[in-house]
Amino acid sequence: MNPISRYLAERLACRDVTRLISQLQERPPTLSERLKLHFHLAACEACAGFDRQVAFVREAMRRYRT
Amino acid sequence: MDADAFAAEIETHRGYLMRVATLQLRDRAAAEDAVQDTLVAALAGRAGFTGRSSVKTWLTGILKHKIVDAIRRRQREPVPEASLGDETDLDDFEPLFDETGHWEAMPAHWSDPEAALSRRQFFDVLEFCLDKLPANTGRVFMMREVMELESDEICKELRITSNNLWVILYRARMALRLCLDKHWFGAPEARPVAP
Repeated sequence: MNPISRYLAERLACRDVTRLISQLQERPPTLSERLKLHFHLAACEACAGFDRQVAFVREAMRRYRT
Repeated sequence: MDADAFAAEIETHRGYLMRVATLQLRDRAAAEDAVQDTLVAALAGRAGFTGRSSVKTWLTGILKHKIVDAIRRRQREPVPEASLGDETDLDDFEPLFDETGHWEAMPAHWSDPEAALSRRQFFDVLEFCLDKLPANTGRVFMMREVMELESDEICKELRITSNNLWVILYRARMALRLCLDKHWFGAPEARPVAP
């Protein structure tokens, strides 16, 4: 990983990433959030898994109501 | 479809509407009123059903207005701060992370989630998990994900801040994720992070 990617990946702790992922279901990301999230998820399989689960819950709720 | 067939079709959705209204209002009598009003309005407004969406989606749209009305009436007795207080607290999920904010228990891998969505039993488990959410957390989550209210509408209706709302929705998603993990995807416990 190059130093810039590493810097971006390490900027956010996983706990904060999970909160951000949930918040972004409610509002669009800022450019900085989008970049940080992108690099974090590329480097962190646990948070990437969390991100998929949150998306799945939203899709499950969509199917539930239609 | 003639009027009788339409009435019969609508009636088949009563159970679903009742479950949604109960999860939302957490009060059986209020839920029954909202569903009854919805079915009456649907019969009266049959011409308004264009067939562009499913009957279920159309009925959910009507129910949404009835529920918002019920919440507005209830606004005269606002959500007690104390009960909401517990649910805007993130402590429950802190054990998932270590003190530096990294995962202590990694999210388990869910195999073939797409397949779950085509199983009826999955939605029974989902309802079970929704029902297990703390009362206000469940109400807010249903407002967002079933009633599809915008965040600022929910904040206005419940007189909470957007930060409260984010915390409540985060709690709801965390809890649902763990509940589905336990009761559907079959991982008895979140797996430890590989060293």
